[in-house]
Amino acid sequence: MATVGLQSIAKSFGATKVLGGVDLSIADGEFLTLVGPSGCGKSTLIRIIAGLETQDSGSVAIGGLGVDHMRPHERRVAMVFQSYALYPHMSVRSNIAVPLTMSRMTMRQRLPLVRLMSRSRREIMRGIDADVAAVAAQLQLEHLLDRRPAQLSGGQRQRVALGRAMVRNPDVFLMDEPLSNLDAKLRVHMRTELAELHKRLGVTFIYVTHDQIEAMTMSDRVAMMDAGEILQLGKPSELYDLPASIKVAQFIGSPAINLLPATVGPGGRVELFGRPLARAVEEPAGSAVTLGIRAEALSIGQADPGHGARASFSARLRRKENLGSEFILHFDLAGPDASGVTMRATPASAALVQESSEVTLTFDEGLCHVFNSAGRRLEARDGSSRNTIVSLKAWP
Amino acid sequence: MAETALPSGAAARPVPAGAMAARLLSLVAVHAVLVAGAVFMLLPFVWMLITSVKPPAEIFTAQISLWPKNFYGVENYTFALSQAPLLRFALNGLILCFGILAVQLLVAIPCAYALAKLNFPGRNVVFVLVLLGLCIPVQVPAMPLYIALAELGLLNTYFSMMAPFFLSVFAIFLLRQFFRSFPDDIIHAARLDGVSEFEIVWRIVTPSAWPAIAAFSVFSAVAHWNDLYWPLIVISDAKMAPPPLGMMFFADAETGSNYGALTAAATVLTAPLVIAFLIARRRFIDGVTMTGVK
Amino acid sequence: MTAVAQGAARSRRRRWIEQATGLGFALPALALLFLTILLPLAVLLYLSMTNYEFGAISADWVGLANFQKALGDPIIRRSVVNTLVYVAVVVPGGVFGALLIAILVHGRRRTRSFYEVIYFLPVTSTLIAMATVWQFLLHPALGPVNAVLRSLGFGQIAFLSEPTTALPTLAVIGIWQLLGFNMILFLAGLSAIPRDLYEAAEIDGASNPIDRFLTITWPLLGPTTMFVIVTTMITAFKIFDTVAVMTRGGPMGTTEVLLYNIYLEGFQYFHTGYAAALTFIFLAFILVFSVAQTFTLDKKVHY
Repeated sequence: MATVGLQSIAKSFGATKVLGGVDLSIADGEFLTLVGPSGCGKSTLIRIIAGLETQDSGSVAIGGLGVDHMRPHERRVAMVFQSYALYPHMSVRSNIAVPLTMSRMTMRQRLPLVRLMSRSRREIMRGIDADVAAVAAQLQLEHLLDRRPAQLSGGQRQRVALGRAMVRNPDVFLMDEPLSNLDAKLRVHMRTELAELHKRLGVTFIYVTHDQIEAMTMSDRVAMMDAGEILQLGKPSELYDLPASIKVAQFIGSPAINLLPATVGPGGRVELFGRPLARAVEEPAGSAVTLGIRAEALSIGQADPGHGARASFSARLRRKENLGSEFILHFDLAGPDASGVTMRATPASAALVQESSEVTLTFDEGLCHVFNSAGRRLEARDGSSRNTIVSLKAWP
Repeated sequence: MAETALPSGAAARPVPAGAMAARLLSLVAVHAVLVAGAVFMLLPFVWMLITSVKPPAEIFTAQISLWPKNFYGVENYTFALSQAPLLRFALNGLILCFGILAVQLLVAIPCAYALAKLNFPGRNVVFVLVLLGLCIPVQVPAMPLYIALAELGLLNTYFSMMAPFFLSVFAIFLLRQFFRSFPDDIIHAARLDGVSEFEIVWRIVTPSAWPAIAAFSVFSAVAHWNDLYWPLIVISDAKMAPPPLGMMFFADAETGSNYGALTAAATVLTAPLVIAFLIARRRFIDGVTMTGVK
Repeated sequence: MTAVAQGAARSRRRRWIEQATGLGFALPALALLFLTILLPLAVLLYLSMTNYEFGAISADWVGLANFQKALGDPIIRRSVVNTLVYVAVVVPGGVFGALLIAILVHGRRRTRSFYEVIYFLPVTSTLIAMATVWQFLLHPALGPVNAVLRSLGFGQIAFLSEPTTALPTLAVIGIWQLLGFNMILFLAGLSAIPRDLYEAAEIDGASNPIDRFLTITWPLLGPTTMFVIVTTMITAFKIFDTVAVMTRGGPMGTTEVLLYNIYLEGFQYFHTGYAAALTFIFLAFILVFSVAQTFTLDKKVHY
C-alpha cells in the first residue's frame, strides 16, 4: 500500500507535447480515475507511473520514495492492459505465475534444462502454485487454470489479467482501459467487481478510462484530463455538480449538458435570449457567456412560483427517445444559431408532449452553470431582489 | 540480446551512471555483432568491385590493398564485355524472367480465382494437385522434360528455358489465399451489374491483389534470373545463356584466372537485380515476407 | 411455367455457368500441371525401372535394379551423406544466425533499414557470379582471407581444395546466401508479437534480455522458427550451384552432393534410367521435409 505522488511530469513525443507538467498526489488506498478524451495523455501518464515510459522532466514517487531510476518491476506496481496482454502460449496457471517465478527464482532456476539441476526449485514451485491457487480462488478461476487465453471469454481473460496483477501483492494497481474490450453488459458487471476488489484489497488503484460512467461509478476521486493537463480533480459529484470548465461539464454526464449562448447585462445579470435571468456574475456588462443546463434541470410547463429562481423558454419537440424507465426529449430552439436542448423526462411527463409541438421549458437557475468566454465556470449569485419568474420567448 | 526486441522500451531513463554505462556497452556490443555480420555479408561485393578496377599486377600480389594504385576499370570492363556477350546474357535473363512471369500470371490468376471463389466439380482435386505440386522441385521432372524438348528439337531456345516454369503452383496457392479474402459482395454486385466473369477476374479482383502479385513477381524474377540448373541442362549455345550460365561459360573460357575481367563480368551480371533491389527495397522485403509467411 | 419453376431453372443455369467458368479458368493451369509435373513424373517412374540411356533406341525393363544399385553405390551414399552434412551445417547457421541478427536489427530504429539492405543483398545477387568472387576471396595465394590469416600468423588454407574444409566452406557460402532471407522472415514474425506482451513482461519482472527472450520472443516466434527451419532444410538440400561452379564435387569427392550427382548421371553420362531412380531418392527427402512443412503450417495456430 502506498501513496503516489507526481511532480510536474512533462512528456513530448517528438514535437507533440503529450503531458505538460502534471502534478497529482494520490492517497494510500484511493481509487483514482484518470478520465478524458483519447489523446489527452492519460495513458501516457499511467505508463510513466508504471515505468514503461520515461518522462522528460518531473518525478514519480511511490510510497514517498522516488522511483524514477527503477525499472517497472521494482516499483511494486501491477498493471492491467487494455488488451490484457496475456501470454498466449501459457496456461492460465503459468500466466498468473510469471511474476512470482521472476521474483522468487534465480536465473539459474529459470533457465530451461539448467533449472533441472536446481534442488530448491521444487520447493519454490510449490509456494508459487499455492499462491496462484489462492488468487484463482478469489477470482473464481480455479476451473480454468489449465486453459490457454485463447480458450477463454473476454470476461475470463480480464479476470486472469487481474489475477496476474494481484498475485504479486502490489502497492499500486494500474489499469489502462481494462473494460473497453468487453461488451456493454459485462462492462457494467465488471465495474461492480472492480470496485469490490478495490474495497477488499484496500490498495491504491489508478484507473484510466475514456468512459465517464466508469469514472463516476467506481472512483473515490476523478482527474479529468485534456491536452496533457488535469482540468479538474475531485470527487465524482464535484465534477458533475461543480464543473470547473465547459470541457469538464461537457465530458461528464450523459446526455451531455445543454449549452446556450448568453450575455451579461447591467448589474452582472445573465441574459438569455435577450431577457435577464435572476443569476448574476462578476463580469463586465456586454461580455458573452455560456449557460450550462443539465438535462435533468429542465422540466416541462410553466414555472411554479415559490420554488426559487426558475426561468422558462419555449421550444419545439423534435424527437422522443424512449429508454424505458425514462425519456430523452430533444427540442429545437429558434434563434440565430438554431441550436437544441436535451432533457430527461419521466414517461408520465413525456406523454404530455407530442413531437413537433411547441412547449414551455423551465429550468432551475440554481442548478445551471455560467461559463465565461474562456470556458471557466463563474460563481453566480442571486442578482434579483425578489424571486422572479422570467419568461422568455425563444420560439417565435 | 532481446533487450533490443522492445521497440521503445525504456529509453533515456534518468539512470545512475553504472546503468548508463551498461546500456552504452550493450549498445556497442549489439552494433559490433551487426557490423561484423555486415562485413561478412558485404565482403564479396566490395572485393568484387575493387578487383574489377585493379590491374593484373595488383591482383596477383600477396598484399591486400583496398584501392588500386592504377585505375584499371576501363580495361577490365571492356575486356569482359568484348570477350563475352555479357549484355546479351543480361538481355536473355530479362526475356526469360518476363516471359516466365507473364505466362505464370496469365495461367495462375484465373485458376486461383476459380479455386477461391467458384464452385466447380473437381475443385478439391485441383487444389490437392496444387499442394502436391508445391512439394515437387523442378529438378524432379527435369529429365523427362529434357527428353521431350530434345525430341521436339527445342533445345537452345527461349521456350525450352521457360517451359517448365510456365505453371507456378506457388502463384496459384499464394493468390488463392489472397483472393479468398476478397469480399463476395463485390463479386455479387458486379455479376448483378452484368459484368462477365472474365472481366471480374481481370478488372476487379486482380487489381485488388496487386500487393500479392508484386510480391510474387519479385520472387519469380529473382528465382529465374539466378537459376542455373535448368538453363545448364537445355542451353549449350552461349548466345542463349541467361546470366548465371553465361557467367559459368565466361569463367570456363579463355579468361582463366583473369580475375579483373571475371569480377567485372560478375559485377555486370549481378548489377541489374541488385540495383532493382536497392530501388524497390520495400517491395522486395514485403515480397519475401508475404511469400514466406503466408 | 410457374415463377418458382422459372426461378429454379434460372438458378440451375446460374450454377451450370459457374461450374463451366470455374473449370474453364482452371483448365490452362490443369493442362500445364499435367504436362510439366504429372506426366513427367509418370515418365520418370517408368524410366527409373529401365536401363534407358538418352539417345538409345530401346531400353530394357530392369525393375528395381536401379534403386538397388543406387542404394549400394558408394558414390551415391557419399553424396547423400555430404548433402546431409551440408544441411546440418547450413540449417543451424542459417536459422539461428538469422534469428540473432533479426532480433538485433528489430530493436534498431534509425539503422534498421540500413542493416536490412546489407543482410538482404546476397539474396538478390546472382550466386554463380558471387561464387566466382568467393573463389577469389578464398584463393590460397591471392585472396584477402588468406592474407588476413597470414598476417595473423596462421598458415594459409586452401579452403576449396582441401578435403576437410571444402564442404564447410560451401556451407558458409550457403549461409551467406540465405541469411538475409531468413532474417526478413524472422523480422516479420517479431513485428507480429504485440508490444503489450513485452510491457507486461517488463512489469512482471521478466525484464532482462534472457528472460524476455525465453518468456516471450522464443515461444511466440515458434511457428516462424519451424517454418524457417523447414524451408532452409529444403533449400540446403537442393545445393547445386556452388558445387557446380566452385568444386565440381572435388576435392576427392568431398563435395559431391546428391543433386550434382543426379545432374552428372542424367545429363552428362546420360544414364537416364539410373538418374531417374536417383531423382526419386532426392524426391523422397524433399517430400519428408515438405510434409514436415505442412505439418508445422497447421501447427501455426496452436494458440
